[in-house]
Amino acid sequence: MTFFSSLLSSLPGAAAQGLIWGIMAIGVYLTFRILDVADLTVDGTLATGGATAVMLIRAGVDHRLALLVAFAVGLICGLCTGLLHTRCGIPAILSGILTQLALYSVNLRIMGNKANQALSVDKYPLTVSQRFVRELSLKNPLPLLLIITVCVIALLYWFFGTEKGSSIRATGANPAMARAQGIDTRACNVLGLMLSNGLVAFSGALLAQYQGSSDINMGRGSIVIGLAAVIIGEVIFGKLFVNFALKLLAVSFGAIIYYFVLQIVLQLGLNTNDLKLITAAIVALFLAVPYWKSRIHRQNHKTAGAAKGGTSC
Amino acid sequence: MLKLEHLCKTFNPGTVNEKKALSDLNLHLAEGDFLTVIGGNGAGKSTMLNAVAGTFPVDEGRILIGSNDVTRLPEHKRAAYIGRVFQDPMMGTAPTMQIDENLALAARRGARRGLKWGLSREEKEVYFAKLKELGLGLEDRMTSKVGLLSGGQRQALTLLMASLKRPRLLLLDEHTAALDPATAAKVLEISDRIIRENHLTCMMITHNMRDAITYGNRLIMMNEGRIILDIAGEEKKQLTKRDLLDRFAALAGTQEETDAVLLS
Repeated sequence: MTFFSSLLSSLPGAAAQGLIWGIMAIGVYLTFRILDVADLTVDGTLATGGATAVMLIRAGVDHRLALLVAFAVGLICGLCTGLLHTRCGIPAILSGILTQLALYSVNLRIMGNKANQALSVDKYPLTVSQRFVRELSLKNPLPLLLIITVCVIALLYWFFGTEKGSSIRATGANPAMARAQGIDTRACNVLGLMLSNGLVAFSGALLAQYQGSSDINMGRGSIVIGLAAVIIGEVIFGKLFVNFALKLLAVSFGAIIYYFVLQIVLQLGLNTNDLKLITAAIVALFLAVPYWKSRIHRQNHKTAGAAKGGTSC
Repeated sequence: MLKLEHLCKTFNPGTVNEKKALSDLNLHLAEGDFLTVIGGNGAGKSTMLNAVAGTFPVDEGRILIGSNDVTRLPEHKRAAYIGRVFQDPMMGTAPTMQIDENLALAARRGARRGLKWGLSREEKEVYFAKLKELGLGLEDRMTSKVGLLSGGQRQALTLLMASLKRPRLLLLDEHTAALDPATAAKVLEISDRIIRENHLTCMMITHNMRDAITYGNRLIMMNEGRIILDIAGEEKKQLTKRDLLDRFAALAGTQEETDAVLLS
């Protein structure tokens, strides 16, 4: 009985974390699924967003403004990776790793050369805080996080329906075609990376407020959590959600489910230190399955062709 | 209309894979010319088209479309003047986007893309009518993803996209080579109709000598990065496949090379 009651009491927290990470995962979705680039910058950007927000709020800046500034700083992080990739000819993955590494130093600088900075909800008014996640009051972060998520999805739905957004989608879908239709694919790649990292930094700013501190390591492995959310969302809701807005919603749901499952396995007594290993294994498996499927499909195709005595060579 | 002056392009210069793809190529096309291009593998046909489209910079020479020198212009800026259909049916469309979305992208070729909605209701009606003209039933599948279409359907759609916003120059790079003969004939027929109806200036590469003779008002044969034969007007109308092979044998010399052109 204690298992269920403690599980139940941990669910609001898991939902809040899922919603916050869901915004981050939507950022990952933009690069991974729309631009077809795996952008590793986000591991650094998440902490940058958190550090920026915490330091600004500690300096007396309004917490809402701090969120927007964190978003803007995320845009700049994406711009760096984008320029390294498109203007310096460095492969996208490596560009992301370079920016991420550089951000480690930048993040320490932002936090005044400290590895973490506390942000007590007793001292500062915050957008969201873990403290109230089980309270039935207006301070509860869950409704606000839900509203923020819906707003983010609505804005992205609008943007990717515009001419500019469509050209970013075309760039990811088929760069050769995009260029032939007069689309500046380099600019589109940069813009997509900026938007993605902006969202990740925004999510990091929310996360830091929620947990009451920013930490130099808070973004470590976040790309994998983001990918896990994207994949869980696709596997569970892929057939149901075809519309773009619903696909983004599925990513957010994926993140919530990830944190629910996490709570369950933690309650079952799993060692917290093994979490990253398990997450990585699950993501690797889900990424591999479509590939294996296509290989089996192709092999069947080949044997069928050979059986017919086809003349193709 | 189109002027290629002293174009040179060498791939992998200074390596064992060095390949001189274009050597001092000169070509003038008049407004409304429909040029067919033939030649063996590695003759420089695709290199010429890609040089015009701006896929890579040329080493020497100038490319003029009308009075505009586009030699240094990046590919996406040249696209304002140029419509293209590729050999690979996968290359001309965005597979994960809808048919109408692909057309909407093409309709904005050369225009600034801002924050207006990317696909208006009025546009959809225009696309419906245009797709209906193709006669492939695509007008009833406008919201289908292009990835679901067959190779022939995609090439027809790509053709429509290339001509939707009237290009000053249409480049067809063996756009029927990957299709089965019946589909290829149908796509070629659609190409010819679109070119004639819109009075387009066009360059079409083909491996099929009969198509090269049947279509267009001018024919060139390429070999080793140069134009070795240029036939236009009445002379082209009278041309037979036998003539073409004889002319090629006389120019290129050996029987082996003639076979290479014939068989490739």
